[in-house]
Amino acid sequence: MIKKSIIGLIRPKVEYEMVGPTTPGAQAISAPMNVTLLVDIPLENRNALLIKAGEKVKEGQKLTVSKESDVYVISTVTGEITAINPFTGDRGKEYTAIDIKAGGDEIDDTFSAFKSKPALDNAINFLECVPGKPDLKRLNDPDRPIKKIVVAGMDPDLLVAAKQYAVRYSCIPIKKGIEILKKITGINDVVLAVPPSLERDAHTEMIDTVAVSTKYPSAIPRMIVKDVLGQEIQAGVKLEDMGICFISAESIAAMGDAYKDGKIPNRKLVTIINKDLTKTVVSAVIGTPVGNILAALDITTNDQDRIIAGGPMRGSAVYAGDYPIQPDTDAIMIQDKADIPNVSDSACINCGECIRTCPVNVPVNLLVRFLEAGEYEEAADDYDLYSCVECGLCSFVCTAEMPIFQFIRLAKHELVRIQEEEAEAEAAAEAAEAAEAEQLEAEENA
Amino acid sequence: MLNQKKMLVVSHPPFIHMGSTISKKTYNIFIVALIATLPGLYRYGAPAVGVVSLAVSSAIIWEYLMNMANKRPVSVGDGNAALIGLLFAMMLPATSPWWFVVVGTFVAVVIGKEIFGGMGANPFNPALIGMAILMVSWRNYFDFDAALANYTFETIKVYPMTAMKNVGPEAVSTINACDLLMGNLLKLQIGGIGATCGLFLIIGGIYLIIRNFIRWEISVSFLAGILITAYIFNCYDPAKYGSPVIHLLSGYTLLGAFFLATDDSSSPVYFIPMLIFGAGCGILTVLIRNVGMYADGVVLAILFMNLANPIIDKIRPKAIGKVD
Ligand code: SF4
Ligand code: SF4
Repeated sequence: MIKKSIIGLIRPKVEYEMVGPTTPGAQAISAPMNVTLLVDIPLENRNALLIKAGEKVKEGQKLTVSKESDVYVISTVTGEITAINPFTGDRGKEYTAIDIKAGGDEIDDTFSAFKSKPALDNAINFLECVPGKPDLKRLNDPDRPIKKIVVAGMDPDLLVAAKQYAVRYSCIPIKKGIEILKKITGINDVVLAVPPSLERDAHTEMIDTVAVSTKYPSAIPRMIVKDVLGQEIQAGVKLEDMGICFISAESIAAMGDAYKDGKIPNRKLVTIINKDLTKTVVSAVIGTPVGNILAALDITTNDQDRIIAGGPMRGSAVYAGDYPIQPDTDAIMIQDKADIPNVSDSACINCGECIRTCPVNVPVNLLVRFLEAGEYEEAADDYDLYSCVECGLCSFVCTAEMPIFQFIRLAKHELVRIQEEEAEAEAAAEAAEAAEAEQLEAEENA
Repeated sequence: MLNQKKMLVVSHPPFIHMGSTISKKTYNIFIVALIATLPGLYRYGAPAVGVVSLAVSSAIIWEYLMNMANKRPVSVGDGNAALIGLLFAMMLPATSPWWFVVVGTFVAVVIGKEIFGGMGANPFNPALIGMAILMVSWRNYFDFDAALANYTFETIKVYPMTAMKNVGPEAVSTINACDLLMGNLLKLQIGGIGATCGLFLIIGGIYLIIRNFIRWEISVSFLAGILITAYIFNCYDPAKYGSPVIHLLSGYTLLGAFFLATDDSSSPVYFIPMLIFGAGCGILTVLIRNVGMYADGVVLAILFMNLANPIIDKIRPKAIGKVD
């Protein structure tokens, strides 16, 4: 992953590891007794829940929790709901967690009606929770049309290999998935972004590819758009707003399989990164607690070890060992407490390491001073906060061991919050004005 | 489900680090600088050892007192104060009186660094601030010839910088580059305790560059600036101005190029700015030596470029995606 040289002049090379022809296939983890599915909305009113503990569910059944929202999950096992609880994920994001105890092997057949009859509406209705969690709704927004779909065949983070595995082992479903996607969206510009080592696999199936360099962070979507597609990226403008949508190769393969078999795939490829940084790719039923997988692989965790959902550069530490595998959990990394890097509260010493490593020329040494002081607006206006592609390299190299990357994410998060608040306040002021005008009018009329 | 069974540490990405730290960096520079000082200590003996020890320890104490006064975490452990003390001592004559050293480190650590907010916030190289104030206030102590008159030396008996200034290059024509570089341990030039052994400074500097502790861009352009400017002067009037090699190997040139100009906080971080900064230091050094009023220009040249640093460092590549 990191090729260090004793000669510091040669910068340590941070490289992706490649999945190649000799990589062994994914190890299947047996279906768990209990799964936890996370629905992407906060649990607000227990009494208004559409499902209840004790209800029976079938594999492939669509579960919605509230009348007000069409957000759903697809049950990945057949069995009985045992509990419904609020769940807080990374950076305070709130979910509704549904615990299901497995038992029985019936399969819900609602989706089978659409077998070989792909359409965007039934895809949106049933396939949003397939492995890789494709944002299918986004493809259906006539106001902000998507012109190009990039199928991501390479994981943005180091050591993570879920997407590469999908390409290595599922080229046929990917090909089918791409055909379906083109047909149901009418978007014909679809390419598969893969590392050079996987281009051959894709070409055997006649899939259009673009090759992504193996140097970190070239597989981050914004970097792919800039370096591989050769398009200019603009700070603060989302790729979707440029008409480009990224979908995981695993999702595409899952869509291909779903329409071929009339059954919604329920297994996710997960890269398990062990304490010694060796990795194993497993396939696990979505909702499987991480602990089950670790037990199957004979990995033990101790107090104060760290469990990370995602890879070493961009992942997020999770709160509990029973964290369930989500449709977009591409990796789980276990870190020994002895390997947890120190984070210091020293100030920037202006060594310039971050400057030499940032792939998009953010003046990190200056930016960080404003972020530390909480001056987020200056950071955004004058010090290129929004150019950052969130690769984490600046923190990785920082001589002062500052948590720069965390500062950056926090700042972006805060700015979104501030903007929302401002928008709300504006809306409230407008409403008040309108009410006043109405009142005046009423008084005049009277 | 989802109840916490084990305490798992929660924190933020990235979860790996390259392993470079402030203390590793400062200790490396400190040790290299100390090794480069050894020939000076050997030559000047006990008084030099006294000056170096006093400078290092008083710098640490000043920083500690400032930490206490500002109610900030004690930062002497990062080695930076010790390094400032050492670099300061390396520029001093071995005969400096104790109060001179202590006042110097006070100015360096307290005025040069702490009042700006500590390591990383100092706009000037702290050791040079200490030097500059002393040079302006007590100029006589820097008359290396007088200060070191009681020593007997085998070859180079004059401080080349002063000799060149007062007499002209012929005064130093007997000095060859090899002696300056230290042909044998005893043939050192007269000068600051740590500035006399060119060979050790160069080897140390190259080591620091290879290990990525200092930036080659600054050192190389500094030396190039010295050579080119001195060469031009020398061509113009060889009878009046010393040869580039003498300029390169004498005075504080090498100390400045590898240890002083490369201070992180007061030097640029971008490539072109680093080159401009280094070259500026070199050019100014020779200008001050040849036409200014001070015998050695390194101290003021670097301080002047420190002043210009924030402006020079504005020459930076545009962030990708920046909208103007
Ligand atoms: S995380 Fe740091 S290094 Fe990476 S793009 Fe952002 S500022 Fe640059
Ligand atoms: S790497 Fe860290 S200490 Fe060095 S300039 Fe960047 S932020 Fe400052």
